[in-house]
Order: sequence, then structure tokens, then C-alpha cells
Amino acid sequence: MTRTKGIIGRKIGMTQIFTEDGEMIPVTVIQAGPCYVTQVKTRETDGYEAIQLGFEQVAPKRLNKPELGHLRKHDLPPLRILREIRVENARQYEVGQVLTVEIFQPGEYVDVTGTSKGRGFTGVVKRWGFGGGPKTHGQSDRWRAPGSIGAGTFPGRVLPGTRMAGRMGNEKITVRNLQVVRVDPENHLILVKGAVPGHKKGLVIIRDAVRPPKQARKKQVE
Amino acid sequence: MSDELLRLVEQPHLRHDLPEVQIGDIVRVHYRIVEGNRERVQPFQGTVIRISGGGVNRMMTVRRIASHGIGVERTFPLNSPRIEKIEILRHSRVRRARLYYLRERTGKKARLKQRYVKKVATPQPEARPAQAEEVEQEAVSEA
Repeated sequence: MTRTKGIIGRKIGMTQIFTEDGEMIPVTVIQAGPCYVTQVKTRETDGYEAIQLGFEQVAPKRLNKPELGHLRKHDLPPLRILREIRVENARQYEVGQVLTVEIFQPGEYVDVTGTSKGRGFTGVVKRWGFGGGPKTHGQSDRWRAPGSIGAGTFPGRVLPGTRMAGRMGNEKITVRNLQVVRVDPENHLILVKGAVPGHKKGLVIIRDAVRPPKQARKKQVE
Repeated sequence: MSDELLRLVEQPHLRHDLPEVQIGDIVRVHYRIVEGNRERVQPFQGTVIRISGGGVNRMMTVRRIASHGIGVERTFPLNSPRIEKIEILRHSRVRRARLYYLRERTGKKARLKQRYVKKVATPQPEARPAQAEEVEQEAVSEA
């Protein structure tokens, strides 16, 4: 299955809501759209199918001339964020079209892409889940040490890819198959079950799931 | 801005029909539980030893001494639709927000001094047919 739709939004935060029979569901609230389709890419013109979406209107002075020109060409307002989403049916979209959260239905599965929270330079215990060293029996300065990073004279070097301390987070992460719990078109909100990468106000892209859970797929066939 | 939107989402799930519970209160919580496809209301009576969380996430931990002196604690989401009603049986004079010290105490040491309140406002859930008995407390000055 390939994707057919997507929308850009900002993470608002997490909370819980109750179902009618009292079950508590953890949800992430995302304010998404309205997004303009700013460009349609097709196999003939670009070699692949995709739509470019624009999000968040800003003052024209916030954009440079090439950006403004790109948007003006189709009488679009100045938009802060432009992102491309690969879809199989780009032809069904047209430039200038506005996408809102209503493209998603409660119960549907989505993939959410965002930038994970930056953790800075982290040690090996936090970054890779190492156990660290012993804390007692006369040890000093070894609680969170990585231990051995390889053999001795042979191979005489540290193998590439050895897990060590370094920067963690602040990378693009996609969480798959989150269920849409509720859609509120009035406030452009979409509630998704579970956590979503990134901090509050972080930019996220919501797309339909490439590989929804088995039960959901079966339902679609029927 | 973003917090306002969060509140907006939580709003419809908040329950305003339940009485304001305080730390140290002795309460009886009528909680709806589902057994198979049968539903019944189970009361749980004990001391409130912890209230945590804000908004929809407000939780209350109730401690009671079950048979054989076994302490049982249960945490309820205070905005859960499964709560049929909460009866406040009495208030206590407490000097702490979390009454964890009760866990190490048994018998007479685990008592809390009753606190009398001028008027106990107990907003009842509007016309829920199940039970209708009301809890009233006498108006007596502070002990």
C-alpha cells in the first residue's frame, strides 16, 4: 500500500480522554492544517508522484524572493513551511487546493513524522542502554562507563559502528500506525492515540499509514 | 496558546458533578465495574492519601484496611465516567499533602483526627437513579 494523503501540523501536547464506557485513552493533540497544495509533481514532469504542501501563513517579508515567486505563481499566500509528501495519486490534487484535518477519519491509522527531542551529547547508558559498571566493591568513576570497546592488538582498531557516547535525538523519526481518535475541524485539531516524536510546537507530518495493522487492513478489503 | 487548546480538548471530559475531595477525607467511591457483559457498582471506602494530577488526569488514591489488617490502596481517575458517585463521610485534620505515613501504621496509630466543617457542600450527581442517600455533616466549630 502506498500513501495517498498527508498534512502538516504542530504538536500541541498530550492528554487523556475517556471513551463512553470509561476507558482512558492517551492522546497527542496535533493542530494540523489548513495546508495548501503548492505544487503537484507527476511522473511525466518530475519522474515521481508527490504533492508539495504549504503550512502557516506569514508576512511576505518573512520569505525570500524565490519562495514568494514560487507561491505567487499560483496566487497562494506567503507560507512559512513547504514540505513534500510522496503520494501515488498526485494527479488527484490540484495546486491551490486546501487540505484540512478532515481528510482523516477517526479510527483510521496514520504515520506521524517529526523531529525527536534533542538530548545533546549523551553517554552510552542513556544512548544505547548499556548497563554501566559496578557501583560498589571499590569501584571509582565506573558507574556509567562503556566498558571494553574492542579486542587488543588484533584487530588493533575500534570497529566502525561501535556504540559510543555522542549526540542523541534531534533526528527525523516516524512513528507508524497511530490511530486517529478524534478530528476537530473547527479548531484544526486531530487527536492521535499514543505519543508522537518531538517537543510541543514541534513540526509534524501526518500521513496515512503505509502498513496498517492486520485487522485494519482486513476491514478495508471488505 | 497550546495549553489553551489542550484544555479545550479536555473540557468535555471533566466532571463537575462530583464533590470536592480533600486529603484525609474518608470517602466511599461507587465505581462501576464490568464483569463479562454484566455491569455493577462496587463501593470502595477508605481514606484519601493522595491526590495528584491536574485537568482530566486528576487521580485520587484511597487506602482502606481490608480483612486481616491488609492495607488495600486503589487509585481512581477523578474524571472517569465509571465513577457513579463519591460520598464524603468525614474530613480529617492533616498536615501533609501525601499521607504515606499511614502505610507504616496500624490500629489506633493509623487514625486521623476528625475535622468538622461548617457546611459540607456535597453536589449530588443529577438524578442518577442508583442510590439517593445523602451525606450530611453537622455544623460544629473546629475541634
